[in-house]
Amino acid sequence: MAEHPVRFTPPGASPFGVLQTLLREARAQPKRAWFGVFLAVALVYPMLDRQVLGPWLGEHFLGSLNSTLILVMLALGLNIVVGYAGLLDLGYAAFFAIGGYTAAFLTSPQSPLPFRTDFWVAMPLSFLVAALFGVILGAPTLRLRGDYLAIVTLAFGEIVPRVFLNLETITHGSKGMNPIGRPHGPIPQLIDGSLQFGQVELLASDQEAWYYLIALTMALSVFLIVRLRHSRLGRAWMAMREDEIAAASMGIDLLRTKLLAFAMGASFSGFAGSIFAAMLQLIDPFQFDFSISIIVLSMIILGGMGNVYGVLVGGLVFGLFDRVFADRVTGWLHNLGTALNTPIASDFLKWVDLSGSKFMIFGLALVLLMLLRPEGLFPSAERKAEFHEAEEPTEAEPAEGAAAELQQRPAGGAQ
Amino acid sequence: MALLEATDLHTYYGHIHALKGISLHVEEGEIVTLIGANGAGKTTTLKSISGLLHPRRGTITLAGRRIDQMPPHEIVGLGIGQAPEGRRIFPRMTVQENLEMGAFARRDGSIKADMERVLTLFPRLKERTNQLGGTLSGGEQQMLAIGRALMARPRVLLLDEPSMGLAPMLVELIFRTIVEINQQGTTILLVEQNALMALNVARRGYVLETGTIVLHDTAANLQQNEMVQKAYLGIE
Repeated sequence: MAEHPVRFTPPGASPFGVLQTLLREARAQPKRAWFGVFLAVALVYPMLDRQVLGPWLGEHFLGSLNSTLILVMLALGLNIVVGYAGLLDLGYAAFFAIGGYTAAFLTSPQSPLPFRTDFWVAMPLSFLVAALFGVILGAPTLRLRGDYLAIVTLAFGEIVPRVFLNLETITHGSKGMNPIGRPHGPIPQLIDGSLQFGQVELLASDQEAWYYLIALTMALSVFLIVRLRHSRLGRAWMAMREDEIAAASMGIDLLRTKLLAFAMGASFSGFAGSIFAAMLQLIDPFQFDFSISIIVLSMIILGGMGNVYGVLVGGLVFGLFDRVFADRVTGWLHNLGTALNTPIASDFLKWVDLSGSKFMIFGLALVLLMLLRPEGLFPSAERKAEFHEAEEPTEAEPAEGAAAELQQRPAGGAQ
Repeated sequence: MALLEATDLHTYYGHIHALKGISLHVEEGEIVTLIGANGAGKTTTLKSISGLLHPRRGTITLAGRRIDQMPPHEIVGLGIGQAPEGRRIFPRMTVQENLEMGAFARRDGSIKADMERVLTLFPRLKERTNQLGGTLSGGEQQMLAIGRALMARPRVLLLDEPSMGLAPMLVELIFRTIVEINQQGTTILLVEQNALMALNVARRGYVLETGTIVLHDTAANLQQNEMVQKAYLGIE
């Protein structure tokens, strides 16, 4: 019994017994358990939203969650460039814009292209086109490092939306393009008492369906990105991030490895861009300003660079505060102020405006994070080691290793 | 034909003329050393060979094949491995991951035997396979740098100042291992400031001064040379 935890309780076992077994399993494999909980919540959430959490969080919560998840998807892609390959990209919104406009060009009736495709074709094509532009924009920056690279990418982030703004004959400039091809699919429906699968298009109000589409795309992205991290290319990125000269001496082609980081990083923003455009049904250059690049970068920093799961959590926390909780909490505080009805406290509570001071709060949070936990909330092991090198032994190293070190290192051996 | 041959190398850092016509050769199975003071051009010579720098003039051949304008990753693939100056191990990777990175350029799959060989050469590393590279002592990092270079199964191993910053006991250990690696069949080009140790293990040596080779002889003869004794061995 102790060695083989029972997975399926025999019939007649009490619900309490099932719970006990589950708890025991969870304790044996906490990582899997958390992942399971996360998955279950992610799957069931939309059903709870309307009935349970809706009144509390506001009826538009699911819509806000969807736009947050799109930003998180961007964070996953940027994490490849910044977290894995160590190339600071301050203009990532450019690729988001390219992904979105690709979908618009391919599906919108306002598109200058002689043909139109549907959303399901446009989405993977956006992925590829964004990757292509990753290479095109990455190539001239490859010989730059650190601050210089950051400045050039910053410029690209400004140039790309401006190009879309000024190419009025093609992109309709500031008016933007609309409508944009929606995802569609067979949805089971009861028509005249028989079950039929009709082609149904996703409307902006079908928040649940959008949620599942985004969640599925994210799951696919996470799967691909985790696989990438452990691939030959992923190891080359890590080595390059640690030490470029040593990496070159190992036989790593630095130019190719950097280009692939830009291409792979950019490609995932193609997914995000195409879904974003289809969901809003409108694309214009102002949706891709500098603040998108900064918010996405902040998500990575908050969550912990280099760790996909850290980026997921960091992105959700950051994004939900930005899109939802800044407003909601302000409302709650105002209500509390009214309810309390005491002179100074009430005035203060009614004066608080978290939405208005959003960016100040982000700034403070990042400064605090840098002071207290510079590696982010859920860092990768490498990052953690990087920021705690002084405190040997590192957390990644078992304590007995340190003890052995003390015993075995000869007096003259320590440098 | 020499395994590695450099002819009339001129390498620049911007406008600075660092190598002014270096010619040297390394035969299969040899240990050859480059000695000289700081700034003489020893490291620049190695970097020119490994492709981290490209000579503006002159040629480098490996087994008759021109490599002087190739990028470093292709040169590694052709069989020149190097333990770069300052060790440059990957500090946030474990010892094992560092060694695996060493075999990155190889496509032949099985690296287990090489891993075993390196860990036998350096038993200290074997005790620390799961430790992060950055937490190793200086001597252990040097062992890791050499071991990592060996993982590529190089025909020629370039070692840049393996004794730098190490305690005398460890210097001896490192040099004993260099001889052992050579006896197992790897040709070695060794750059050293510690001329005494270097000439003890090498067969031939080149003496560099301000970018040119001023002396070239067998290691035994160099040890007897008055100028070498005075300038590099501390014998009056």
